Amino acid sequence: MIAINNISKWYGGFRVLTDCSTAVAKGEVVVVCGPSGSGKSTLIKCVNALEPFQQGEITVDGVSVGAKDTDLPKLRARIGMVFQNFELFPHLSVMENLTLAQIKVLGRTPEAATAKGAALLERVGLAAHAAKFPGQLSGGQQQRVAIARALAMDPIAMLFDEPTSALDPEMINEVLDVMVDLAKEGMTMMVVTHEMGFARKVAHRVVFMDKGEIVEDAPKEDFFGKPRSERAQLFLSKILQH
Amino acid sequence: MKLDIFLQQVPDGDGTWWQSLASGLQWTLLVALLAWIMAFALGSLVGVARTTDKRWLTRLGDTYVELFRNIPLLVQFFLWYFVVPGLIPSVKVWVTTLDPTQHQLVTAIVCLGFFTSARIAEQVRSGIQSLARGQRNAGYAVGLTQVQTYRFVLLPMAYRIIIPPLTSELMNLIKNTAVAYSIGLTELFFRTREMGEMTFRYFEAFAAATLIYIVISMAANRVMAFIERRVAVPGYIAGSH
Repeated sequence: MIAINNISKWYGGFRVLTDCSTAVAKGEVVVVCGPSGSGKSTLIKCVNALEPFQQGEITVDGVSVGAKDTDLPKLRARIGMVFQNFELFPHLSVMENLTLAQIKVLGRTPEAATAKGAALLERVGLAAHAAKFPGQLSGGQQQRVAIARALAMDPIAMLFDEPTSALDPEMINEVLDVMVDLAKEGMTMMVVTHEMGFARKVAHRVVFMDKGEIVEDAPKEDFFGKPRSERAQLFLSKILQH
Repeated sequence: MKLDIFLQQVPDGDGTWWQSLASGLQWTLLVALLAWIMAFALGSLVGVARTTDKRWLTRLGDTYVELFRNIPLLVQFFLWYFVVPGLIPSVKVWVTTLDPTQHQLVTAIVCLGFFTSARIAEQVRSGIQSLARGQRNAGYAVGLTQVQTYRFVLLPMAYRIIIPPLTSELMNLIKNTAVAYSIGLTELFFRTREMGEMTFRYFEAFAAATLIYIVISMAANRVMAFIERRVAVPGYIAGSH
């Protein structure tokens, strides 16, 4: 579904990604982890071309992300993305957040878009909040709306960029629960996160990054059982201590 | 101060001094309104251009803003009135078809429109840039095009955020219309000076003009405050999530 082949990226003279390759198969859940500044958020943003890259190729469902003639809005509409800071549209109600792109991008009627939005709000447990504005919701609620907004486009894959990092601890689980359900339903997911409990529960593979490189790319059992690289061992020992 | 002067006839005029000031006020309001519409439209375009990732567009926008911000308004009035028609033959031909009042009116609107648009462009740019970069990404991520992202995501919030500085620009524009007296437009300040010079009742004339400028500036302020309340986003505090 998602193939990342030898991606390299520079900010000016500074190399942020070095020769990164990995893939996410249909129905697969891949967790990307690593210390901050390791390039994992940058890598996931390359997948839907929010960040340009200078070398290598990424294809999503056979479409080349970096190619000049690729219709990026059309491609992005098929890939859901959830951000660390939610990034709901603050001037739109919760329901309008869910229907805007359905109507403007997919051309659905307002009625169909609203029906879809209502079903998704029900699913993330926020049916009662449809008329509220993002600023009136807690962080956990906002992130669940953001997941519903992405799902409203019927994406073929979902990208999560540290979806729980900006949340207060007591709200992390309500968001992870939605993500776990999604994974169990067979959604193709690429998830940048430090939540190793989530990785253990639903990931198929874990990609470990450090200093812009993919250091380890292994099935979950191997990664948690016996990480090959010293850097991954060190990282795991640090974040699993508590 | 004797108010009866306002009821006296203007020598060689068709009404009283009060009516003369009122007619000046009409020109002031007309110029301010039309210049504001022009400035808002142009300023929004240039402001948006300066936030795109097209290098040449941002450069062009920056040059535009610097050009109109760095020349004194009074000088700009004279440039538009005397110099521009001489430089561009087709403008010169068109100007000669206008009567003097129309020529002054068009000059005042165009001059104040461009001058104010450069300032609005600056506000629009800062409003868009004050939004987290993530908002743009969120628009792109759901498949909106760049134009749609500006139209439905970035500009609605940017405009809300810049209502206070826009209010200042509107009030400045209203007051700047007085400079149009320099090219002979018979707006409020022109009529006020005329009244002072012909009656030597400077105190009454300028007291009236001062009051009128204060009232219309304050009215503009109130209208903007009303709009600000009407479009306020529930639960949103500027600059925070």
